Amino acid sequence: MPVLTINGEQRELQFAEDTPLLWALRDELAMTGTKFGCGMAMCGACTVHVDGQPTRSCVTPISAVAGKSVTTIEAIGEDAVGQQVQQAWNQLDVPQCGYCQSGQVMAATALLKSNPNPDDAAINAAMSGNICRCGTYNRIRDAIKLAAKAVQS
Amino acid sequence: MNAKTPKQMTPEVAISNISRRRLLQGFALSGLVLAVGVPGVLLAGDEPEKFGRDAMPHGWTDDPLVFVAIMADGTVKIVCHRAEMGQGVRTSLPMVVADELGADWAQVEIVQAPGDEPKYGNQNTDGSRSMRHFFMPMRNVGAAARMMLEAAAAAHWGVAVAEVKTGVHEVLHPQSGRSLGFGELAEAASKLEVPERDQLQLKTAEQFRYIGKGKTHLVDGLDMVSGKAIYGIDVTLPDMLHAVVARPPVLGGKVVDYDATEALKIPGVLKVVTIPGSPPPAYFNPLGGVAVIATNTWAALQGRKALKITWDHGEHASYNSPQFRAEMEQAARVKGGAVVRDEGDVYRALENAAQTFSAEYYLPHLSQAPMEPPVATARIVDGHCELWAPVQDPQAGRDLVARWLELDADKVTVNVTLLGGGFGRKSKPDYMVEAAWLSRSMDGQAVKVTWTREDDLHHSYFHTVSVERIEAGVDGDGKPVAWLHRTVAPTILSTFDDSALVKMPIELGMGVVNVPFAIDNVRIENPEAKALTRIGWFRSVSNVPHAFAIQSFVSEMAAKLDRDAKDYLLEVIGPPRQLNPAKLLDSWNYGESPEEYPIDTGRLRRVVETVADKASWGKSLPAGRGQGIAAHYSFVSYTAAVVEVEVDEDGELSIPRVDIAIDCGPAINPERIKSQLEGAVIMGISLAMLGEITFKDGAVEQNNFDGYQLSRMADAPAEIHVHIVPADDYDVPLGGVGEPGLPPIAPALCNAIFAATGQRIRALPIADQLEPA
Repeated sequence: MPVLTINGEQRELQFAEDTPLLWALRDELAMTGTKFGCGMAMCGACTVHVDGQPTRSCVTPISAVAGKSVTTIEAIGEDAVGQQVQQAWNQLDVPQCGYCQSGQVMAATALLKSNPNPDDAAINAAMSGNICRCGTYNRIRDAIKLAAKAVQS
Repeated sequence: MNAKTPKQMTPEVAISNISRRRLLQGFALSGLVLAVGVPGVLLAGDEPEKFGRDAMPHGWTDDPLVFVAIMADGTVKIVCHRAEMGQGVRTSLPMVVADELGADWAQVEIVQAPGDEPKYGNQNTDGSRSMRHFFMPMRNVGAAARMMLEAAAAAHWGVAVAEVKTGVHEVLHPQSGRSLGFGELAEAASKLEVPERDQLQLKTAEQFRYIGKGKTHLVDGLDMVSGKAIYGIDVTLPDMLHAVVARPPVLGGKVVDYDATEALKIPGVLKVVTIPGSPPPAYFNPLGGVAVIATNTWAALQGRKALKITWDHGEHASYNSPQFRAEMEQAARVKGGAVVRDEGDVYRALENAAQTFSAEYYLPHLSQAPMEPPVATARIVDGHCELWAPVQDPQAGRDLVARWLELDADKVTVNVTLLGGGFGRKSKPDYMVEAAWLSRSMDGQAVKVTWTREDDLHHSYFHTVSVERIEAGVDGDGKPVAWLHRTVAPTILSTFDDSALVKMPIELGMGVVNVPFAIDNVRIENPEAKALTRIGWFRSVSNVPHAFAIQSFVSEMAAKLDRDAKDYLLEVIGPPRQLNPAKLLDSWNYGESPEEYPIDTGRLRRVVETVADKASWGKSLPAGRGQGIAAHYSFVSYTAAVVEVEVDEDGELSIPRVDIAIDCGPAINPERIKSQLEGAVIMGISLAMLGEITFKDGAVEQNNFDGYQLSRMADAPAEIHVHIVPADDYDVPLGGVGEPGLPPIAPALCNAIFAATGQRIRALPIADQLEPA
């Protein structure tokens, strides 16, 4: 059975090894913050960090993350950058339905960790894998810039 | 929008006229003090004709005992009875109550109402109606509760009520400097009579602390960015099972037979069962099919993949989109069909016109595609079915589940979760019936049925497909004298009556029959079109194709007449005047009174002028750039947009800026109005650029977000500017907000493309139609 670290805690998963991490998180561990949107890595709703890298959990079998460290939306607030991202989202009231925002926050946090001061082109490039059907893109852009400022100060 | 036909929907219960009286029962919360549930105090049905909230099934109530509970510790619990799907209703409606009540927002908790319209009034969250219909009832709720607290305080101090006043979360006696917190007063207040409606003292606008300010953060905002918010798909119950369903690929198809041998070998798969289909009309019934029930979602999905099913596709297997389009175009090109408005003599006026124009526009099917696909969880305990679902119309789900399980509606409880988007899809609760049916097949064990993205795209209630043909004539001065519009599209009514071939009033009233132009000869014809899939409402509904055609056409005329598009649009709208929708042969007017809600061309002009001014309409732009404008009346609000585009040498389009103006009457929560319009801009760009669902041999061809594309971050405009036209005061009737922003976007975008390139787009999506320079 794959053993991995999820939000700093070692977990042994019982589900079949080909099960995508998304469904193991949601159905086995009842960690439902990570969302299902497409099942094909096309919408980004399921984004988690695997060893710090933004990863689509819907197409990542749990066997592929054995021994690795997974961070989900439930724990991203414990990260200094993640916390600033959450605060910026709240300050600008980014969400509408909010369903995609777990993935948006995870993608934005990963972006700011690799590029602390992204311009519009960098934001567009990093965030275009995450669909928001409500259309909060402009606020997401603004919130990323706001979070970038907060992280730098 | 909703298309309830009386024979299929719950008959409106006899509306009772219960006098307001003292009652003490909780609304199913523990520990509450002032809180008391009664069957709602509903309006008596004296009036011969009812409009607005009075005309909605189960009407409305403003009983504070239904909506407010104040705990001894001062916590104020406020019920939100409408579904949250991104419009911010869980913030905005309780905010209205809190303001009138005098509550401190930091001490407010929101309680989501289950589906129970006899208690809460209408809960069908669509048609851009929540604030429009419940602003006043929620003000009454807050004011009544505040007056009860004041009466309790006055009694406690032995002073006249007139001597006390409410501060923030406390009642004050200024003369003596005494004060009592809401929590301290709650128990005593709960024993008092609820004031009569005509005795309520509402706040004045100057006294508002939250209403109209737009400073109230989303109640669910932090939960949404920390994984704590619970959507329908997140519901987790003890011993819950997971199901997916293989549904007939073609509407009306049936399972001939199936082999589940391999599916049952998948570890975790427990059972394979059939769900019966239903004879037409489709209504909100499930499509039927073969369900795989497993211990987890992935196992269920693997099981479904292993099923061997033989389908009988039925008669709709003949549905092919290119052929259907050709048939609709044919129908649009000949005189005929239902004549739904006919003023003057349009055919003669066209003959006599100095110049005539004609154009034809095509819009394909669309799918709402909320990011959270349809999903529902059900369990049955002791003959009581309890469901959890992201649902816009919980009462419809409740009634339908009751019918399928042959239970009384009071044996069905519908808990409304957050909706991960709705856009009209989740007002059709077919997925709830599936969950209930599957729970019953597992002897009542909890079952969650999850739709995949493929399921969602294949089995939507699709936005209709349409051909709009317009012919117009002008006199020697370019003034329009004739307007002939033929509108062809399968009707939503077909979902409720499969013999329906022409549009129903609510579709015609979405901008085509009630076109408010200053033209003497107007004729609207509606040739027949047979629906070959489930047609349903999609955000803004028929306003999308109607506005696209009409607002593109006006700009086309302007260009051919060498007139400025904005000036010509204003000329076609004509001088400010108040038009009775009924006189435009719109019998519906979004359910609102034609006297209270006339079509006001002055307001339509004002949003055009506002947006043009804010967008610096007519500013000089480099080659390859252009501005387009469009305006539309929908959901009793007025919107206009200016889109600025840049098309490069390769035909690649980008959008430097969008301005959108709305006049929705009083702006109760301007911050959420702004966000709704920003979202409408993105959705409008998305459907204009990319959106298309097509059918081949009766089945949808798009499977996921590769085939059915949606706008992404890189496609979003560099800037969106929202301009809210202020209302004179809070007595101006409220308009809708969630939907009116969408209709002007696609035509403004295509008008901008024309301005930038000279290329006219008449069929959506734009996709790869843009030509290299």
